[in-house]
This record gives sequence, structure tokens and C-alpha cells, in this order.
Amino acid sequence: MVAPHNVFVNPDPVPNGNQAEGVIHAVIEKPIANKPSFTDRFADRGFKWLITLSALSVLAIVALFVYELVINSQLSLKQFGWHFFFGSDWDPVSGEFGALPFIFGTLVSSFLALLLAVPLSIGAAIFITEMAPGWVKTPVSFLMELLAAIPSVIYGLWAIFVLAPILREYVEPFLAKYLGWTGLFGGPAYGIGMLAAGVILAIMIVPIVASIARDVMSAIPQVQREGVLALGATRWEMIRVGVLRNARTGIIGAVILGLGRALGETMAVTMVIGNRPEIAKSLFAPGYTMASVIANEFSEASDNLYLSAIIEVGLALFLVTLIVNALAQAMIWMTTRGMPARANG
Amino acid sequence: MGVGIEVRNLKAWYGSSEALHSVNMSIAANQATALIGPSGCGKSTFVRCLNRMHETIPGTKVDGTVMIGQTDIYANGTPAVEVRRRVGMVFQKPNPFPTMSIYDNVAAGLKLNGFRNRHRLDEIVERSLKQAALWEEVKDHLKKKSGASLSGGQQQRLCIARALAVEPEVLLMDEPASALDPISTGKIEELIDELKVNYTIVIVTHNMQQAARVAGFTGFFLLGTMVEFDKTEKIFTNPSDKRTEDYITGRFG
Amino acid sequence: MASNAIAPRILEPISWTRKLSNNLLTLFAVGSSILVIVPLFAIFAYLVMKGVGSINWAFLTQAPKPVGETGGGMGNAIVGIPLGIGAGIYLAEYGRNWLGNTVRFTADVLNGIPSIVVGISVYGLVVLTQKHFSAVAGGVALGIMMIPTVSRATEEMLLLVPRTIREAAWGLGVSQWRATLSVTLKTASAGVITGVMLAFARAAGETAPLLFTAFGNQFWSFNINQPTAALPIQIFAYAISPFDEWHKQAWAGALVLILLIVAAVTAVRVVTSRGMMKGAS
Repeated sequence: MVAPHNVFVNPDPVPNGNQAEGVIHAVIEKPIANKPSFTDRFADRGFKWLITLSALSVLAIVALFVYELVINSQLSLKQFGWHFFFGSDWDPVSGEFGALPFIFGTLVSSFLALLLAVPLSIGAAIFITEMAPGWVKTPVSFLMELLAAIPSVIYGLWAIFVLAPILREYVEPFLAKYLGWTGLFGGPAYGIGMLAAGVILAIMIVPIVASIARDVMSAIPQVQREGVLALGATRWEMIRVGVLRNARTGIIGAVILGLGRALGETMAVTMVIGNRPEIAKSLFAPGYTMASVIANEFSEASDNLYLSAIIEVGLALFLVTLIVNALAQAMIWMTTRGMPARANG
Repeated sequence: MGVGIEVRNLKAWYGSSEALHSVNMSIAANQATALIGPSGCGKSTFVRCLNRMHETIPGTKVDGTVMIGQTDIYANGTPAVEVRRRVGMVFQKPNPFPTMSIYDNVAAGLKLNGFRNRHRLDEIVERSLKQAALWEEVKDHLKKKSGASLSGGQQQRLCIARALAVEPEVLLMDEPASALDPISTGKIEELIDELKVNYTIVIVTHNMQQAARVAGFTGFFLLGTMVEFDKTEKIFTNPSDKRTEDYITGRFG
Repeated sequence: MASNAIAPRILEPISWTRKLSNNLLTLFAVGSSILVIVPLFAIFAYLVMKGVGSINWAFLTQAPKPVGETGGGMGNAIVGIPLGIGAGIYLAEYGRNWLGNTVRFTADVLNGIPSIVVGISVYGLVVLTQKHFSAVAGGVALGIMMIPTVSRATEEMLLLVPRTIREAAWGLGVSQWRATLSVTLKTASAGVITGVMLAFARAAGETAPLLFTAFGNQFWSFNINQPTAALPIQIFAYAISPFDEWHKQAWAGALVLILLIVAAVTAVRVVTSRGMMKGAS
């Protein structure tokens, strides 16, 4: 920006010749401020470069990550090819690495978590946006923020010592008794296992899904709600037609985002899933997820093939979460037009 | 057939501030009644009390009696949902449901009320769109086009059709043409003229010429009170109250 | 257009099924909200019950600080804050183009990468290069994870600064970089700082990225080039151990950690609800 100059208007008309109206002599006097110095202009350029570099570093970091993952999994990729994802034998001793148990574990635990978390999250979001009186909104939102901030390892700690015993003593026997015929609730009830992992994951993703669903629903204009109400709708009908229907896409986005989080969740799951690379029908059985196997066995990988196999699991996890998250972001953006409604309570 | 509305000592609050001070009014059946007044005078609030929409805003209160036909709409046993079905509303800014087709928009109120007979639905949708003077323009795209894909004027007529489909006895219109261009406004005004034969219409407008064009009766609101209510002709040519005269002649507003 | 005769009344008063579903929904929504909040209190209650007993002066001085030592803390700050803020400034001031959108999208991608994957990637980049675990590697991993949060907070806060303030600075003939730093950023500073605090709080609780970088150390270490202890790793190790005494330590550590995080989140809330434009007035 150039410093302001003085513009001096000559009030006296030119006596002869230009009888013109509006001839303004702009006399450039000595400027009030100095023109930007050389160092300033230099600094401006430098600053812009620095800033752009920071932004580019984000791209660089992700690119480096991809590079690292791909390079270091070469051995395993070459050795096993596609079979890696369909083989169910994970045997470091004999050098057989099939990642199917982990894929199974990740998918089952994540979908179980979604099954439990989605209805609760949407219910809570409906309560916060449509029903709660003003003085309730803020505390509830704050509490959800706290829930989202609790570290994974603390969830895991609580899951080992509180959740698992509850499952073992009360929930699993109950399920085995009444729903055992489904085949999903068989085998010994350890407490630790797929069910525990699904439950703790559900608890962990509820805050995310609920707060985004809340943001998305708050973005629906009030006139839509009033339009439905004026037709003689009950509150539930107003919410269903005026809010949920319009916020559909965003809510699905919130759910998919929760899925993305569940897929990659490591510590809490590792602590309660039992860490056995097996594919079992029962939810009581122990399992293993992609994230958990990396956490547990990365440092124990004794040979290059082993390490490479684990890193390949990491690469797969990276790609899956990438796709899921990108999809979710797109859907959320479509509803809120890219403006995340920062709802303060 | 439309019914008359009897309002006695109606008061309304937003939180602790009183927005309507003891309004009394008799609105004739099968007529169009206009409510005029400067911004913030309470005419919109008044109209929203007639279909119990005012109370949907947190912190509001209503007191007094509103009789729609033989029903006291604020009586303990009268559910608000029922009132809103019998008193339809068209809003200032057209608000069709964007995720629904034209057909579904019009049928929305009916479906909510449990009406499922496809054949009858088709009939009613067609009748409502004809009443709203929109049928010819959309009859070929009923299910294919979304409610939001129409022009502003068409959207508003769609909203009118939607409101008419549930067969209200009263139709409230809160500045229905203020967001529209003159040609669409003209169409809406023509519509009101036709509709008033079968419905009781209350229209809020800040456009005095519009009131003069469409309404048989006019009420002038100022600062939460109803100053004068009379035949439109009288209000505009020979008002009894000086404040009305000042407003009409443009001394303020 | 002639209006048609009005058909006789076809609708009935509101049916009981509609009333029922309305009430059921209210019940469901309220019930969900309660169920959602319950784990928070359950977890907190247990941490307090089990952990309070073991917290004493000895514990606090012996236990590893969160995120390891000064080395770890520095690693975060050096990597996470400048890059995050820089990226945020870029996105807010220059970022309305395809490059900006790519960066924004990539930051979201980075945010979504599971922390364990970040861990093994940084392992490859830093630990293998250094040939040993270190606090620096841990710091780098955590710092990288902080970038998306800091960047988004910075961008959002800067965008909230009204255009008039920027124009006032330009009108005075202030050069671009000075205007951005001294005026715009300063106005948004409260919000940016809270974004940084939030990112720090999150990083403090992370375990997975540290497993293969900082690796964990039983003892205090001031050498940033050595493996170092971190509270989350300690909690994890003690929790899965077979010793009761160590379990108690895990609870105590968890209590300390969660108190720190609650403090950070609360502080963030207080500052942002007071209005982040305090700097403007």
C-alpha cells in the first residue's frame, strides 16, 4: 500500500485559455509518511513466502507420510500382493502374514460402535437443538466437548477396570440368555473382547457425531421449521420434516466422520479387545484391529518382512480413513456450505 | 366456508416487554382484512397470535381471548396443533420445502395429518394448485421438480397452495408479497380477491396501496395498540383518528 | 379463475398415534442426552475415587510430566505452533484459491490420520534417521498432529477480524506483513491462543504416536535426544501390568492428566465465550 499523498486542489480557475470546469491540479506535495522502504518491501515478500511455505509444509508432511508408508511396506507388498488382505493367517514365526483378522476386527468393532452411537448421538443432537431450553444448551454442549477431549488411554483404563467387569458380570450373561440364539453371543464371557471394544468406541465417537449433527441442524433456517408447524404438525413431525429431512446429508456426514474416527482408534481398543488375531462369530470373543496390531507388534517386529507387513497394515489403515474422512467432509460441507457453525452452547 | 374471528383483550409479550396492549377486534368471515402500520407496531405479532405461532418463540406469553368461529383457541383443552391446521399461514419469505417435489410440498400438510389415499391426494393437490393459480405452470412437473426450483412468485403461490390443501377456515398472510416483484405481487393480489370468497383472510402489509386494493376492512396498528379498525374505504378517505390520518398521509412511517 | 366449491371437511382432530410418537420422541431425545453424558461422570467419578488416594507430593514429583520433558514440550512447540499458525495465516489472508483449498483439504486429511499411523510414519522419518528414539521424535509427531487444529483456529479467528480493521491498518500506510502480524493477528490473538491450548491439551493425552518415537523412559531425562517418559504411555503401561500397586498409579496419573485437560478445555470455553474480539476493543 502506498502512503497517502496530499492532493491539493487549486481553487482559482485558470484566467485565460482553459475556461474549463473541473480542471483540478493535483499537486503532489511532500508525502506525510515515507514511501515504504526497501526493507519493508523485502520483508513483505519474505513474509508472504514464509507463510506460503508453512501452508505448503502441510502438503509436504502428508506426502512424506505416504512416501514412508509405501516405501517401507514394499517387501510385504511384493511378497504377498493382494493375498495380504484375504489371508487369515498372521504367523510371524513362519513368515505368513494375512491381514484379514485385523480388517475384520476393525470393521466389526467400528460398525458395532456406529450401531450403538448413531441413535444416541442424533437423539442428543435433537434434544440440544430443538428441545432444550437455553440454560441447558450450554452445559450439555460443554460436557460433550469434555467427553471429546478425554484421551483414548483414559477411556481404555476405564474400560479395563469398569466396563469389562460390568459386561462380564451383567450384560454378557443377559445377552447370552435372551439373545444367544442369534449365535452372536456365545462362548465364555470374559468381558474383554469385541463387544467391549465396540461399546467403548461407541462412547468415544458419540461426542463427535452429536456435535456435528448439532451444528448441521442448527444451520437449518427457522422459517423451515415454522412452515411445517403452521400446517398443523406436532413437534416430532416438525423435527422430522423441517429439520432432519433438510439436514439429512450433513447428518450422514457426521456419522461417516464418526466411522472414520472409530476405524483409526488405537489405545482404548487395544486395551480391551483381547488382541487375538482370530475371526469369530461371537461378539464375546477376543479380536484384533489394524490399529492394535500396529501398536502391539511394531516394536517387536524382529525381521524386515514382519516390519514391512505391519507397515502395510498401516498403509491400508491410512487409505481407508482417508477415503472415509474425505467423503464425510464433503457431505458436511454440502449442508453447512463450508461454514462450520461454531455453536457456542 | 370461512369463519369470523373475535379478538378480546389480546395481550402478548416477548419476555418482559409487552408487544400487544389489549387488542379488540372483530374480523368478518369471507372477507380480506388488512393490517397496516409502521415497522414494529405489532401487526405481525398479532397475526401470529391468531394461529398460536407466537408461543413457539421461547420466553413469550399471550393473554386474552381469540375466538375462531365457535372455538376459543387459547382454551385449555384446545391443542395448538389443531388450531394451526384450521388457521393456515403464508410467510413473508416463501419457504417451500427444498427436499420435496412440488406435489409433495402441497401434500405435506395432508400427509402429516395421516391422509394416505393416493387418489384423493392427487385430487386435492390439483385443486389447491388451481386455487393458488399455479396449476397450469407446474402441472407437467409435479413430481420431478423440487419446490425450491421455482421462481420467487411461484414459490409463494406454492406455499399458498400448501396452506390451502389442509382446508383451513382462515388464511393468515404475513406480508406475502414483500419479497416479490411487482408482477408476482399483482398475481398474489388477484389470488386474494378470489380466495376471500371461500376463506377469511387476514393480510399484514406495510404497503398501504395494497391494503386499499385487496381488503374490505383495514386495521391500523401503532406501538402495539390497534388504533382504528373500519371499512378500508373509510380508513383511507376519512379516518377517525388523527394518528391514522398522519400515517396514511405519510407524516411518519 | 373460478374457485371450486370447498369439499366437506376431510380431516379429523389429531390422532392418538401422532400424540404417542411425539411423546416417544421427546423421551428418546432426553434419554439419549442423559445416556451420552453419563460416561463422563462415571469416568470422572472412578478416576477421583481410585486415583485421589495415590496422589501425593511424592507421586507428583516422581511421575513423568505429560508429554515428557522440556524436550518433548519444545518439540511440540517448535513444530506445531509456527507451522500451524503460518498455515492458518496463509489460508485466511491468501487462501481463496485452488492452492488454499488443497491445503485446507490436506490439513483435514492430516487431522483424520490415525495417531498410530502418524507414529510409524514419524518413526520412519526421524527415528530411523537418528538411529534411536528420542523426545525430539516424539515432539515432532505430536507437533505434526497439532498443526491442523492450530491452523483451523488461526484461520477462523483471522477471518472473524472485520475488514475495517485491516483497512485501517492499510490506510495508515503500514506494510502488509506488519499489518497482518501486529494488527490482524493481535486482534485475533485470544482465539489463536486458545486454539493452541486446545491442540496442546489434545497432544498431551496422545499415546500412540509416542510409542515408537519417544518410546518411554522410567526415569526423568533432560536429554532431548534420548527416549523420554510421557504420562499417557506410563498410564498405558501400568494399566496393562499385572500389579495392583501399578494400577493405582495408573488411576492417579489418569486423574492428573484429565484435570489438566479439563482445565485447558474450560479455559478455552471461557475465553471464546467472552468474545475473542477482546483484542479489538
